[in-house]
Amino acid sequence: MTDLTFTRRRIMALTTAPLIAAVPMPALALTGAQAEGLVTRAVDEINGVIASGAALPSMIGSFKGIFDRYADTAYLAAYALGNDGRSASDAQKRAFADAFGFYLANKYGRRFNEFVGGQIQVQGSRAVNSYIEVQTRAILPSEGPLQVDFHVSDRPGRPVFFNLIVEGINMLLAERAEIGAMLDARGGNLDALIRDLT
Amino acid sequence: MAIGSVAACTTGDTSLTVNDPYEATNRQIHAFNKGLDQIALRPAGRVSGSIPDEYTQPITNFADNVGLPSAVANGLLQADIGGAATNTMRFLINTTVGIGGLFDPAGAIGLTEQKTDFGETLHVWGVGEGAYIELPLLGPSNQRDAVGELVDLLFDPLDQVGTAPQLDYGTFTRAADLGLTRGDLFDTIDGVLYDSADSYEQARLIALQRRRFELGQEAPADDAIDPFAGDLNLEGFE
Repeated sequence: MTDLTFTRRRIMALTTAPLIAAVPMPALALTGAQAEGLVTRAVDEINGVIASGAALPSMIGSFKGIFDRYADTAYLAAYALGNDGRSASDAQKRAFADAFGFYLANKYGRRFNEFVGGQIQVQGSRAVNSYIEVQTRAILPSEGPLQVDFHVSDRPGRPVFFNLIVEGINMLLAERAEIGAMLDARGGNLDALIRDLT
Repeated sequence: MAIGSVAACTTGDTSLTVNDPYEATNRQIHAFNKGLDQIALRPAGRVSGSIPDEYTQPITNFADNVGLPSAVANGLLQADIGGAATNTMRFLINTTVGIGGLFDPAGAIGLTEQKTDFGETLHVWGVGEGAYIELPLLGPSNQRDAVGELVDLLFDPLDQVGTAPQLDYGTFTRAADLGLTRGDLFDTIDGVLYDSADSYEQARLIALQRRRFELGQEAPADDAIDPFAGDLNLEGFE
């Protein structure tokens, strides 16, 4: 398991650094320990929400908050929209990024009951291109252990998730396909899609 | 790479290789399978999902155990001596100490099942996956794995080494186990089949990646989705 106090201190150092230096973080300033710390903290927060026993809509609101703080929301939205985003206005892009976060929090958040009693064990991390892959094993009560890889980068100047690979299945790829199909079903009307996702 | 022929991706500039020349036929079979799920497998899964595990686990154990002789044969064909040995020990222990395979004492001492099939044997022998196909009843597959399914079905060493109950109830428990699996993965499968905008495309995407992962075919790092690659314009999204 990761050393929590150590990684927390590193994360603190990282998040305060831009305030002092006022320069963007260079690529690969992110260390494996920081990326592993991010996974541990996010999992702890999600478990905290589940353990709170709040009503589902309230939990989904909390998951959306966690998503906004821990994920690269702009990159995820831009990737999911892909080529369909090229002709969108800035207002549409912002609205889609927010709606996409709600969609994800809703889609995965309403299945939280499958994770009750579950556990994420951080196995280690490695640098891939310009990001860090944190390898974990998800121990779920309902099925055998799953290999879950979190992809972490510091593109916005702080460590954030931008992808999740579950047993080899790439979530960003799946969501781009899904968003593309949803747009097709609405005749390419992005505003209608944003409305339906929110 | 074993993935031989490569066709265009269907979802723009994704890094997933999808070779699906029979898409029109595949979509018809997908619709058929989905209908079948609705009238048979899904209701069975709903029932089995509500039965406590201690009642369903012996059925799963029995079904897994009767599949082991085939896994041993494939392990040997792949020169995977360790996997074949583990599966042999599992079969011997669970068939005897595990009361005909209803219990899994072998798993309790660390001899976990080394899943394999003739599709994997063909992969080890260098056969590429070929075109994506969705099989009636069996679901997402590819040309190589479909041949594998057929070979595993026709040549099952269980016929030679199985006990009488295993030969009598093997097929039945394997069918029942499908219903149990549907119950275990109820929300996951419902999500793909009934909540997604294009269930065919989602099932294909998941099945292709899952199988390549099982066979240890990692996607090359050059193809990885990378926020620093600069291939996306993020302006307006921030």
